[in-house]
Formats: sequence, structure tokens, C-alpha cells
Amino acid sequence: MALIRAFELRAQEMYQRAKIGGYCHLNLGEEATVVGLMSALRAKDYLFANYRVHGYAITRGLDPGEVMAELFGRTDGVSGGWGGSMHLFDEGVRLMGGYGIVGGQLPPATGAALAIDYEQKADDKSDAVMCLLGDGTTAIGAFHESLNIAGLWNLPIVYVIINNGLGMGTTVDASSAEPDLYKRGAAYRIPSTRVDGNDPDTVRKAAEKALKSAREDRRPYLLETTSERLKGHSVVDPAKYRTDEENKELKENDPVPLYRSTLIKSRAMTKKQAQEIDDEAERIVDDAVAFADKSPSPKPEQLFDNDYSTAVAGAPKQMPGDPLITF
Amino acid sequence: MAVISYRQALHDTLRAEMTRDEKVLLLGEEIGKFEGSYKITAGLLDEFGPKRVRDTPIAENGFAGVGIGAAMLGLRPVVEFMTLNFSVLAFDQIVNHASKIYTMFGGQTAIPIVFRTPGGGGQQLGATHSQNIEVWYAHLPGLKVVAPSNPADAKALLTTSIRDNDPVLFLENLGLYNTKGEVPDDGPEVPIGRAAVAREGTDLTVIAYSRGVNVAVGVADELAKDGVSVEVIDLRSLRPLDRETFCKSVRKTTRAVVMEDDWLSYGVGAEIAASVQEGAFDYLDAPVRRVAAAEISLPYAKPLESAALPGADALRKVIREQLDATGMRSKS
Repeated sequence: MALIRAFELRAQEMYQRAKIGGYCHLNLGEEATVVGLMSALRAKDYLFANYRVHGYAITRGLDPGEVMAELFGRTDGVSGGWGGSMHLFDEGVRLMGGYGIVGGQLPPATGAALAIDYEQKADDKSDAVMCLLGDGTTAIGAFHESLNIAGLWNLPIVYVIINNGLGMGTTVDASSAEPDLYKRGAAYRIPSTRVDGNDPDTVRKAAEKALKSAREDRRPYLLETTSERLKGHSVVDPAKYRTDEENKELKENDPVPLYRSTLIKSRAMTKKQAQEIDDEAERIVDDAVAFADKSPSPKPEQLFDNDYSTAVAGAPKQMPGDPLITF
Repeated sequence: MAVISYRQALHDTLRAEMTRDEKVLLLGEEIGKFEGSYKITAGLLDEFGPKRVRDTPIAENGFAGVGIGAAMLGLRPVVEFMTLNFSVLAFDQIVNHASKIYTMFGGQTAIPIVFRTPGGGGQQLGATHSQNIEVWYAHLPGLKVVAPSNPADAKALLTTSIRDNDPVLFLENLGLYNTKGEVPDDGPEVPIGRAAVAREGTDLTVIAYSRGVNVAVGVADELAKDGVSVEVIDLRSLRPLDRETFCKSVRKTTRAVVMEDDWLSYGVGAEIAASVQEGAFDYLDAPVRRVAAAEISLPYAKPLESAALPGADALRKVIREQLDATGMRSKS
């Protein structure tokens, strides 16, 4: 949690210093959810995420330097500088991508679960898919189409609604006819529950139960976690739609200091250890920025390196202004 | 060498590829028990079982995306859209995901998926069921788009498409399903991105694809009796587009007409005309002409529908005008 906090605050700073371009969505305030979910996953499980993916990538085991390099658009980035903040991918840790289109990840995640089901031998029940989505995503067709198919075909998948209360600036109440989002699972006979996303232990326990349902009972599961973004929708959003009172509440419910004091109070950790963890997180993030800074930018002549997986005759590789046909 | 229908060629190829590779599975509406709206998948459920021939709910965006995810994990799904018109419901998954994932994730994961679907008008199905919107997909880098015109190519290109590691939109045409032709048992491979000379000629080049190729060859055969020699280029692939082959042909014949079933503005023909202009301008005796559908949502009433669709009469007229305008008078 400390590492995600440090990484995201630094990402924000790097964006403000124009080292990072485009959109940049942070996990600030969602650290307990991220850690709870990721600690429940096994190495063989697949993860599909939305565009708010930095913390998940790091917790899943990606090198923070390579993640930062991707945000910087460098060749050592996890997607070689092609994806940016929203499109982190690494098959090695089975992070099957962050997806920039709301809900775009749901059908492919469901298809990954189909592939697991297709290949699975009777004695091997260890793979499952976890698919992350925001509260706003529950309104789109792909959510309903995916849950219906997963329910119909008994696919090993856990859909997790990360409910931070806002789809950009629109509250859940204003965008969903059923604001208890987890209840939508009932329409597809998919078991579902809602838990406090500010407590990593609660999230982990719920995620383990959900994954067990997917793996062992061969039933998909819909898990809803409630937490809050500390900042706006993206770095450029000042979140003016929040009142002073709401901002005060946010600070009081910030999961990082809350969990730190819980651990200290219960004597699981000393204040000194907490400080050491924070210092270590800062060091890791310093190194990540240094690594990203040193990594070269991709060269223009690499533009067509990843145009097709199976090369084809006649694929146009012209740079703007180049002649189209040369005999 | 057997003479079989385009429909049969597609069916046989699906069956052969499923037999050859266990990772090939079929997804789509009514492809199993119902055996497919156009019966391409007839008998496959019985032979391969429901695990590999999956009837899906009516949810194009959902099942297209399910295919994409399955492909990311190594399966080779062949997804059927009942018609090209319904693929619009899956536009997000095709445009934003299938065509982008390989490039956007830095070449780390391939999407070996085929989206098969018939398009085309002429069946009195009304505006929403008669579209030729292939150009929407041909515009997209990352996707491959093929449109075979005959049974042999249907077999060869479907085989290539299923074995390809990139997403392929495989365009069929309602008007072609019952057409017959020779299909070799072990035909030559047809690579994606290579056009064919469907008929050789020296006076004028017609550049066409899918159903239009048959119309063009028919008109060319007729005109041969009048001493006019028309060459017909079958594009076979719309992306990548084999500009070299048709430009070479136009350099030889000096006249070019595009035959396309889609709408004229911004259509496939616009791209071809621009390419001919760039690749054969000095050789042209006349501006490139296009024969395309009237720019109207296709009507149901037969006389109106027939009037809107490009056919042999329109093509013959344009070819004659081209010849007349360039001093090669054709008999009428």
C-alpha cells in the first residue's frame, strides 16, 4: 500500500512536470482494494484491468521502473511505450492488459475464462480470471453481455466492481437505477457481495471466496468493493464537484494511514517499521524514475515493428508524406 | 478437382481446420443446433460437440470479445456474425480491441481470430440488412480484411485466415453462397494481401472484389465478342490492399474502372482510384471511373433495390463510356 501511494504521488508529480503525457488515472485512495485483491490471486490466474491500473501492475509483480518507463513512453516500458498509462500489459505475470475503453475488458476477460475452461483437465482447477471494472461500467452493454455469458457457460471468472462512488464526476446514484451494484449479479444467478474496500484484509478474504467460487464451484462471481478516489478522475481533474465536507471525510477515511495505525495499534508493526516501509517505498520510486529517465525513447523507424503478428505482403508502411506506390 | 459451391467450400474448410487443430472453435448465433442461418456450419455440432461449436446469446459485442480473450490465451476462434450488419453491434470489440491489442501492448500478445460474416444486398432484406460496410473495417490498421469471390479462394483464404495470428474479417456475400466452381483438394495457398488477375485483357482494367468480380468477368466475356479485351483484377484482400497488381494492370491497359458494391463516397473505389492515380497516372488515357451502389439506404421494393445496386448494365455502360472517351469505339 505504501509503495502504491508513493508511486502514484510521484506519477502525479511527473505528469505535472510533463514527463508523462496523455491521460493518467491514479489508484490514490484505492490502495487497500488493490492490495487485498492482488494478494488473493495466484500466479497462474489472469488479470484484466481497466485504465486505472498502475497499482495493480506493481502489486502483481511488475517492476516499478518498467511501469514508470511505460508512463514516460520509453522502450523499457512494459508495453514498449506503445500503451501508456492505460495500457499496461505483461503476459509473464498474466496481467492481460489495462483497457482504455470503459467496459472493453469485460468480453475479452470472459473469453479468457472460456479458454481456461476449454483447456482444463478435470484434475486441474487452479486457473481463474479476475476482471476489474469501475462502478460506471455496470451501465454498459458489455457488462451485461459478459455476465450473462459467464453465468450461462459457468466460466471461472471473478468480476470486481471497484466502486469509488464516481464515474468521472457522476455519482453512482445518478447513473445506476440499482445503486447497490453487486445486486446486478442476481439477474444472471451469479453470486455476489459487497465489501469495504478500505480494509485490505476484508478485501482479500472476499476475493479468496470469490475465486474459490470460480475455480471450484465453476460459478462466476461478482464482487463489489467500496472505496474512494482521493483525487479527481485523472491527474488533470481538480474534482471541483466535491464539497469541502466530502474532502474532509476523504482524509479521515484514507486507507493508508488507517491501516498503518491499525497495524501499529495491534502491535503487528512498530512506528519505526512503518517509517522504514515508507522510506523503502520512496527509494523504490526514486529508482523507478531514474530507470525511466534513462530508458531511451522509441525511434520513428520502429513505427511498424508491431503492425502485424503474421507479416503480410503489401502492408503499407509509409511514413506520412512517403509515396504510396513505387515500382 | 471437385466442383462445389462457395457455401460448401466454407463448410469443408471449417471442418478441415477443426479436424486439424483442436484449438479451432466456432462461436456465433444459431451456428449449432440451427446449423447456421446460411448453413455454413451444418453438421459441425454433431461432429465436434458443443464445446467447439458454441451457440451464443444474441450479444455480438459480448461474443466477439469472448473470442478475442480466448485468442489471447491461445485458442483460434472463428466467430460468425449472422450478417455484416450485426457486426456493427460488435464494433467496439473489433475496432478498439481486436485490431489494436497486438500493437498497443507492444507486440506481446497476438489475436488469432477470424470474424466470418456475409454482407451484400439484393435479397429484399431492407436497409438494415443489406449493407456493404466493409470499408469501415478496411480502414483499420491491425485488422486484415479479405473478400473471396469464388469457392477456391473461399477455401484457400479461410484456411490462411484461420492459421494467421492476426484478427481477420472474412467477408462472404449472400449472392455468392450458391455459386459453384472448381476447388482443388490441395490448392495453392492464397496469402492475405495478394490480388489475382481473374481474367486477362489488354484494353481496360476492371478492379473488383467479392460478388463484383463475377459481374465483371461476365461483362468482360460479353464484351470480348465485340472485340473488347477487359482485364479483371480480383482484389481478394481489402487490407492490406495489393496496389501493385492493379496498378501494373492499369499501366498495361491504360483504362481503369472500379466495381464495388458499397456506397460511392469514401468507399473502397475511392481508395483504389486514388491509388491508381498515384501508381499509374502517366499511363492513364482517361480518369478512373467507379461503379458503386446508389447513395441511399437500400429499399425493400424490388425495382428500387435493383436500381440502387450496381450490376452488369451499369458496369457495361461505364466501360463503353471509358472506351469511347479514349478513342476506342466499342460496338453497342
